[in-house]
Amino acid sequence: MNFTQLLTFIAPETLLVLAALGVLLVDLSTLRDEPLAVRMRWGAWLSVMGCAAAGAAIVLSPASTPAGYLDGMLLLNPVSQLVKVVILLLTICTVLISIESKFTDHAGEYFALLLLATVGMMFLVSTENMLLIFVSLELLSLVLYVMTAFNKQNIKSAEAALKYFLFGGMSAAFMLFGLSFVYGLSGELNLTKIAASLAGKPLDPLLIVAMLMVVVGFGFKVAAVPFHLWAPDAYEGAPLPIAALIASGSKVASFFILAKVMMVGFAGSEGSGAWRNFVQGWVPILAILAALSVVVGNVAAIAQSSVRRLLAYSAIAHAGYALVGVLAQQKSDGLSAVIYYVTTYALATVGAFTIVGLVQDRTGDDQLSSFAGLNRREPLLAFCLLIFLLSLAGIPPLAGFFGKFYLFKAGLFVEGGGGASNGLLWLVILALAMSAVSLYYYLQVLKQTFVAESAPESIIAITPMTTRVTLVLLAGAVLFLGMFPNLLLKPIVAALSGGQ
Amino acid sequence: MLAWTVYISFAGAASLLFVKPGDSRTARSVALISSLAGLLLALAGAFQYNADGGLLTVSDVPWVPHLGIRYTFAVDGISITLLILTGIAAVVGVLFSWNIEHRVKEFFAFYLALIGSVYGVFLSFDLFLLFVFYELAIVPKYFMIAIWGSTRREYAAMKLALYSFVGSAMVLIGLIAAYVLAGANTFSLVELSKYPFPREFQMWAFPLVFAGFAILAGMWPFHTWAPTGHSAAPTAASMLLAGVIMKLGAYGCLRVAMVLFPAGLEDWSSGVMGFHSWREVFGLLAVIGIVYGAMVALVQKDFKFVIGYSSVSHMGFVLLGLMTLSIVGMSGAVLQMFSHGIIAGLLFGVVGRMVYDRTHTRMLDELEVMRLSKAMPFAAVTFVVAGLASMGMPGFSGFVAEFQVLIGAWKAFPTFAVLAGLGIVIGVAYTLRAIQKAFFTSDDSKASGTALLHSEAMPEISTPERVGAAALIAITLLIGLYPKLLLDLIVPALNSPLMSNLLKAGGK
Repeated sequence: MNFTQLLTFIAPETLLVLAALGVLLVDLSTLRDEPLAVRMRWGAWLSVMGCAAAGAAIVLSPASTPAGYLDGMLLLNPVSQLVKVVILLLTICTVLISIESKFTDHAGEYFALLLLATVGMMFLVSTENMLLIFVSLELLSLVLYVMTAFNKQNIKSAEAALKYFLFGGMSAAFMLFGLSFVYGLSGELNLTKIAASLAGKPLDPLLIVAMLMVVVGFGFKVAAVPFHLWAPDAYEGAPLPIAALIASGSKVASFFILAKVMMVGFAGSEGSGAWRNFVQGWVPILAILAALSVVVGNVAAIAQSSVRRLLAYSAIAHAGYALVGVLAQQKSDGLSAVIYYVTTYALATVGAFTIVGLVQDRTGDDQLSSFAGLNRREPLLAFCLLIFLLSLAGIPPLAGFFGKFYLFKAGLFVEGGGGASNGLLWLVILALAMSAVSLYYYLQVLKQTFVAESAPESIIAITPMTTRVTLVLLAGAVLFLGMFPNLLLKPIVAALSGGQ
Repeated sequence: MLAWTVYISFAGAASLLFVKPGDSRTARSVALISSLAGLLLALAGAFQYNADGGLLTVSDVPWVPHLGIRYTFAVDGISITLLILTGIAAVVGVLFSWNIEHRVKEFFAFYLALIGSVYGVFLSFDLFLLFVFYELAIVPKYFMIAIWGSTRREYAAMKLALYSFVGSAMVLIGLIAAYVLAGANTFSLVELSKYPFPREFQMWAFPLVFAGFAILAGMWPFHTWAPTGHSAAPTAASMLLAGVIMKLGAYGCLRVAMVLFPAGLEDWSSGVMGFHSWREVFGLLAVIGIVYGAMVALVQKDFKFVIGYSSVSHMGFVLLGLMTLSIVGMSGAVLQMFSHGIIAGLLFGVVGRMVYDRTHTRMLDELEVMRLSKAMPFAAVTFVVAGLASMGMPGFSGFVAEFQVLIGAWKAFPTFAVLAGLGIVIGVAYTLRAIQKAFFTSDDSKASGTALLHSEAMPEISTPERVGAAALIAITLLIGLYPKLLLDLIVPALNSPLMSNLLKAGGK
């Protein structure tokens, strides 16, 4: 393989890096004296164009057969391409909702960093090499730390970033340590080869330690309990579009790679998470994480009065649901359930965060009471919020419902039809019980929106057109993916059967 | 054609979003037209349906092929009966909410969305689809009570939403487990009902799914959402809640839990605390519901709570009828679903719309001094008729239905039949007490001068109310005098192959 081939291989990522540099350059040179609004607009549209170009590069050269470069260092297969497109779409949404933001006057740096974070995510999903996984994870994380602190006027932003950074640094260290054990045990860096070299051997205690440490690293990334402590603060303090990005694009990428590392790299060391029948391996570890996340996330969300923190705890709970898919015994089914779920979850979350941000701009805070009478003031926003939150709660016919259903179905499946009475039934029951809890707090927000009368002093402001259109598109996507799940499911299933 | 009942309702709801705010005339007309169209479609479907017990497939297309989910609408006699009930309740509900002025278009949008999902549940023969519609109904209910309700509306709305959601979560566990276990990659009710699930699986799946649905049917001890929800809801919503939503639960018990897991009804290998099967357990809960609901209704101070608890009591008959597992008892149960839907609608119409909207109180003690029989004779007469129907007077539909259930129960579990009979007697007592207190207090010392004042301030009973009340009375009389109309639909459906395993489990 020569450099031209390599360049076509990573064309989307290259285009994104070029776009990031371009945004920086344009902002520094020609737009120096323009007002902030103009610079933000230029930065945003350039970023959108960069993402669109990268997306086009992917769509126009679909990988019909999986191809690898440098021993799995870079991987091109239909699934990773699909996930990359999803990530690019989510980045575009994030860019579009930041156009009118006023929290920073570093327009160029802001969008350039955003694009670099996207590059990190894209490399993350297109590799099977543990080192590159770690490097791209760090690229993503470092950018997100910086961006969390981007609102310099807000002390909460700095606090959130520091917390995020300290927890993140710690968990990255754990993960690297764990990966080094894995390397020591197997002598390989490629996930498939690791599995091959570990296959057939009895479970080494050192491998369990290694898996635990890797789980710590990923658990932090996806905000699973007990590694979730940074999440509420980061979601509350970070500038809004960044909170949305942490909850959406970054989640999608992290879950994909988590599933891949576990399913591919540690294949053969699953163990069992069946009730009263635990067998050592990564499945019971993740099952416990999932159970804790579902319970802690949902229960803690009830007590929140800040809607951002509420969404943060609900994100923790959703991480728990998605983990059920990672645990599925039929791996391709589990993986497609995870991808479907995190994608639709990300769409709904970006939408919900956008609306929270708009309300926060109007009323000055994100307390539940700020939402009072939103339906009267801005029916469109209220209607979109209804769709997003009900999708998160898992009410049909919205996407979140089908996603949850598919996850639980995948989680219950047991090879050989050994009866649904074993398997992960306990976890599914727990998750479903807790989703009843979640309906309560989502309805608390909607109650304010639709039932409570608005406070008289609330300001009526006009929502910018781009934000409006983005919201309507997101709400439409959530609705249509729920009514016609096949729109997304079919490509995922096709990609999974074509690649892997 | 029947599928259009669903589409028309949702289209009505969607078109209401585009009505100008405050234009209540248009909103009402849209609601009335959509619900009338739904009723006519349901009736037309019923005439078209060939009542030989077969399944009439309305539409069947793949929906999510990867998981074998299909968009299957089909009907048998039971579904047709309940579709007609839904149509009637929908039309009358609109007539009884003619006076709503607060956020009218939203009210009717939620209303029609609710109606549409109910039609959907009764039509679905794909379990996933059925579940989608079943859960879809939760949200409109919540908002209708929370926005337009009265006494403790937010509490009642949340309680109802959470009870329904917990129930549907229980159902979902059972459904997914059955789907995975069958491994046939299908959610078709007909296909899954043929699959011989292992007995031990059915023994836990049946009670789980049955109880999940029965929560919405108001089964004791999960009934507590019903009185609070019914009383807090605006009139049309109470009529729908008691009239059709509770039937959703009962329908689910029969159509899903009992048809899928008939072996769950068989006897256990050994008795546990005197019980020998889930049949006995749920039969007992149903009887407790009948007697307890009636006794609590006897001591209520709030007029609407009386009706709310009476619903719990009457729905107990439905569940008891289902547990008899005999044709006579189960057809009685389905007939009781229809009959109670009509009668409860009428009672809530009188209490919520005719009385409460004019007197602004539902406290029986306060109503006592108003001499309502003089002030609003129409309401008084309607309520007396409805009360007679509700207490099971021959000639009204309630009599036929409860009588059949009792016959069935007598064969299956005689003790329960006797207790249920006791419930009927208490039913007479609480109905008469409510009639007497609310309308016919003749004690002059209590009836003060304020009564006259009130009667002058009260607007006349409007035409929509009269039409709605007359229609409901006519229907309950019609079914009471000639139950064959519906039984000819219901009995063949119970004799169909779908139910054969179930009847076998009952026949032993």
